[in-house]
Amino acid sequence: MAALAAGKRLKSAVCATEIMVIAAPDGEVELECGGVPMTDGEGNTGGSVDANYAEGTALGKRYVNEDGGLELLCVKPGDGSLSTGGEALKVKDAKKLPKTD
Amino acid sequence: MNIMMLLEMAVSGCPERVAFVDPEMDASISYQELFDSAGNIASILGATDVARFAMLDVSNIGIPIGLFASSWAGIPYVPLNYRLTDPEIESLLDRITPAYLVTEPERVAGFHDRKGVQVSSRSDFVALARETEGTPDAWSMDPEDTAVLLFTSGTTGAPKAAVLRQKHLVSYILGSVEFMGADEEEAALVCVPPYHIAGIAAVLSSVYSGRRVVQLANFSAEKWVQLARDEKITTAFVVPTMLSRIVEELAGATNADMPHLQSLSYGGGKMPLSVIQRAMELFPGTDFTNAYGLTETSSTITVLGPDEHRLASASDEEDVQRRLVSVGAPLPGIELEIRDEEGAVQPAGSRGEIHVRGEQVSGEYEGRGSVVDSDGWFPTRDAGFVDGEGFLFIDGRADDVIVRGGENMSPGEIEDVLLEHPAVSDAAVVGIPSEEWGEAVVAAIVISDAVTTEELQAWVKDQMRSSRVPERLEFWDELPYNETGKLLRRVVKERLAQLID
Repeated sequence: MAALAAGKRLKSAVCATEIMVIAAPDGEVELECGGVPMTDGEGNTGGSVDANYAEGTALGKRYVNEDGGLELLCVKPGDGSLSTGGEALKVKDAKKLPKTD
Repeated sequence: MNIMMLLEMAVSGCPERVAFVDPEMDASISYQELFDSAGNIASILGATDVARFAMLDVSNIGIPIGLFASSWAGIPYVPLNYRLTDPEIESLLDRITPAYLVTEPERVAGFHDRKGVQVSSRSDFVALARETEGTPDAWSMDPEDTAVLLFTSGTTGAPKAAVLRQKHLVSYILGSVEFMGADEEEAALVCVPPYHIAGIAAVLSSVYSGRRVVQLANFSAEKWVQLARDEKITTAFVVPTMLSRIVEELAGATNADMPHLQSLSYGGGKMPLSVIQRAMELFPGTDFTNAYGLTETSSTITVLGPDEHRLASASDEEDVQRRLVSVGAPLPGIELEIRDEEGAVQPAGSRGEIHVRGEQVSGEYEGRGSVVDSDGWFPTRDAGFVDGEGFLFIDGRADDVIVRGGENMSPGEIEDVLLEHPAVSDAAVVGIPSEEWGEAVVAAIVISDAVTTEELQAWVKDQMRSSRVPERLEFWDELPYNETGKLLRRVVKERLAQLID
């Protein structure tokens, strides 16, 4: 458990997933991938993905919690799926914008 | 956060895809090659004591390499305007030393002995990027790092250097571009200069969407049309003067014959109604988007989208029709307010200064600090109003307002009326110091048919209060614009003031 600042990059401990924090609530935030707490160190340490959190992450997708206060960007995909304190994060529906540049 | 992360993601998504093509130099670079090249240059930069990476060149393959390599190495990227005079360029360079400078071959010799400048020609730089085997350190993820320093085209005094941090640019891209949203065959034609915020935004947006960029170094309408057809361009961005020239280039045609061009966006200055109407006729299948933004806001903050263009253009109602010259509504990550001189938020329809707030908004200048207030609002110095449906209309600069006999008036309103006259092709209205009125309303106009001062004064008087009628009109061959299509109102004002003196 750690405070999450926007821009912080974290790795899954059990799969290839890497995320960057886009927005996070103040204070300590629990963040898991594949059901196991994420790390800012070495990444995959050889454990296994919990079957309840095994839907996988997709490159470039944004993931949010129920109230939208926590938002992550998947910068490397993996087999585990993201959760905060056990609550699964959902893919954020991006509003389609016209091309501007 | 770091824009390098955006490139790294694109490489994961489509390593082999062509990222940038420079047809004139017959050069191209894939996403993987761009990533590797940026790393090689970052490795070289890391071994020097340079504090800035300066780029004094037209669009070419070296531009994206320099931009990403700077962020990888953790030093600001500073694109310089190659249209400035030599003394102007030198004084900007002196402000950013010690610097690594990449420039056109013809200019290299001039910088060899310059203190604090390590110079490389474009071709040497690109060769170095592609052939060195670098081992760069990991890039910083600190969102506060400065990614880009951009000298604004300030019309008074020394140019200000706008500070764009990693968090501003990354927020803009994440908020407005869909990752890998481009299909394999999509290609963007980029003709805005690399020292313009639109040029930086074009590189970043295209990379994140996985789109191939075709670079056009020196814009001409003829080359643009040719390249758009040859390369089957699907998306492009132009400034209003460019679209105006493209429309002229296609004069006589009933159709531009570019079925592949899915979207054409524009911004950077005021788009004349006649030009956008004609363009929509020439490109019937193309989606038009008007994008309004500033250097200090990391480019686009409001958008008038394709559907709004079609609705406005097809409507019989005047209020809906005129939205064709609006800049639309704010992006999802942007809040917008119109405020009067006292800072009071204005209701719909009332003119004032445009203020914006959002993650992509910087509002900071090197050596001068931030002009953003404690609540995060940035005063754009642009004036405008929002209509009842939330559409933003730009109406000159906040300090363009003419005060005649204690009455405030907007030059834009008077210009719009003058431009509706069939003989008038361009108009600029300014306030000139007057003993009687404080300021007098004076117009410089360009005409396409014979018309007299009296006829035009009567034309304005028919439609506006008599205080708005220009007491003098000067007939010019053309009005002064900068290269990205901004009217140089200060120049108009100075010339008219001299004439009248």
